[in-house]
Amino acid sequence: MARTVLNHSDISRALTRISHEILESNRGSADLVILGIPTRGTVLARRIAEIIQRIEPDAPVQLAGSLDVTMYRDDLSRTRTRTPSPTDVPVGIDGKTVVLVDDVLFSGRTIRAAFDALNDLGRARAVRLAVLVDRGHRDFPIRADFVGKNLPSATSERINVHLSEIDGAEFVSIEGGEE
Amino acid sequence: MRHLLSTRDLSRDEAIELLDIAEDMADVQLREVKKLPTLRGRTVVNLFFEDSTRTKVSFEAAAKRLSADVISFSAKGSSVSKGESLKDTAQTLAAIGADAVVIRHGSSGAPLVLAQSGWIDAGVLNAGDGTHEHPTQALLDAFTLRRRIHGSASRGRGLDGVRVTIVGDILHSRVARSNVWLLSTLGAEVNLVAPPTLLPVDLANWPVSVGYDLDDAIDAQPDAVMMLRIQLERMHAAFFPNSREYSRAWGLDDERFARLRADSIVMHPGPMNRGLEISSRAADSPQSSVLEQVANGVSVRMAALYLLLSGEKGE
Repeated sequence: MARTVLNHSDISRALTRISHEILESNRGSADLVILGIPTRGTVLARRIAEIIQRIEPDAPVQLAGSLDVTMYRDDLSRTRTRTPSPTDVPVGIDGKTVVLVDDVLFSGRTIRAAFDALNDLGRARAVRLAVLVDRGHRDFPIRADFVGKNLPSATSERINVHLSEIDGAEFVSIEGGEE
Repeated sequence: MRHLLSTRDLSRDEAIELLDIAEDMADVQLREVKKLPTLRGRTVVNLFFEDSTRTKVSFEAAAKRLSADVISFSAKGSSVSKGESLKDTAQTLAAIGADAVVIRHGSSGAPLVLAQSGWIDAGVLNAGDGTHEHPTQALLDAFTLRRRIHGSASRGRGLDGVRVTIVGDILHSRVARSNVWLLSTLGAEVNLVAPPTLLPVDLANWPVSVGYDLDDAIDAQPDAVMMLRIQLERMHAAFFPNSREYSRAWGLDDERFARLRADSIVMHPGPMNRGLEISSRAADSPQSSVLEQVANGVSVRMAALYLLLSGEKGE
């Protein structure tokens, strides 16, 4: 049975808080680039960028982008063939503070791949990580700087993130596991 | 995808997926660091039993940009010239540990034999076999057409309603065969124009219309004209009286080129016989996509290698 852990307004509040936290730690929106990891990370990055532009009207117009990490994954020969998504980085990342955005932080392997992908795009001044849900079970020494919700889970459970732009509904649910 | 042998086996969704991945690969070509780590530790063997410059170089560039190790092998100067069979060559490559074999062979069906033989476990990519197929050439042609027509909105789209005229030696052309299947799978209308001697005997099962007069075809204002090379190495019989007469009847000369719409695309798989099947003015005009086709070839071959070599074995 799927259990809803975040509803529509929970998600919206979490993103607003994350946006404020990003601005606070970066001391404003200067030299900021928000890159989402497809597919749902891209949607979240766009929303965070919109909130930041609302809070700070002089924020850069081209704030959000998308960073596909498929070609950098370490499990390409272990799972079914993955179809890559477009990478769309609005401005060069040299000297910028890049905030990576993903929906769920689990093993950390996607983020590790994202570091490699970023490395090929240029030299960022700093890289931060924002996630909607941190479910634990890391395989790497990776930690998110901005977290929407910490959700302790069993490895056998599934976390489903639904966003209205992609799924038509807006909630986060948890299902499965030993019951 | 286990092998890429023919465009005839590709479904519309598979073809569009490959072209979309090629778009991502083309984006990588615009970056400062053009290399991806995706196929690190994999070995791609280029097995060329026939001469080729652009296809071989293109596959080599594609494999290297994906960080695969590339072993290039030409029949000339190898044990093949000592009489080694395809089987022994394949087993040697298997022993070396090849993960993919890109094969060009003078005999139609050689890649299929290799793929089904069990001599080698690697994925097989057909880089041109006899007069059968040349799938990556057709894919790069489709990719080039899609980019010219849809621009940056190409992803996810086919070539529905696009009218393509293919002119020249259809009989011997593997490029034409691969294009006929792929372009019609993607929704394009294909028209073949050639002297009757250079058309295959039975075209009933081909999804094409056929004409013999290039002037009629030009006046029908196609969206793209693909000129095929007159393959002098295959002209063993009297298919046409002489090259000047061929050029006059079936060559894209300046006068015919001028009658094309300003946005019609002129394509040629290369290498060109300037003055024979295509005039220099047509080949060097902005309407010509000849060099784009070469550049796009690398992106398309990267996509094909990625699809072949990623995913679990046997998928």
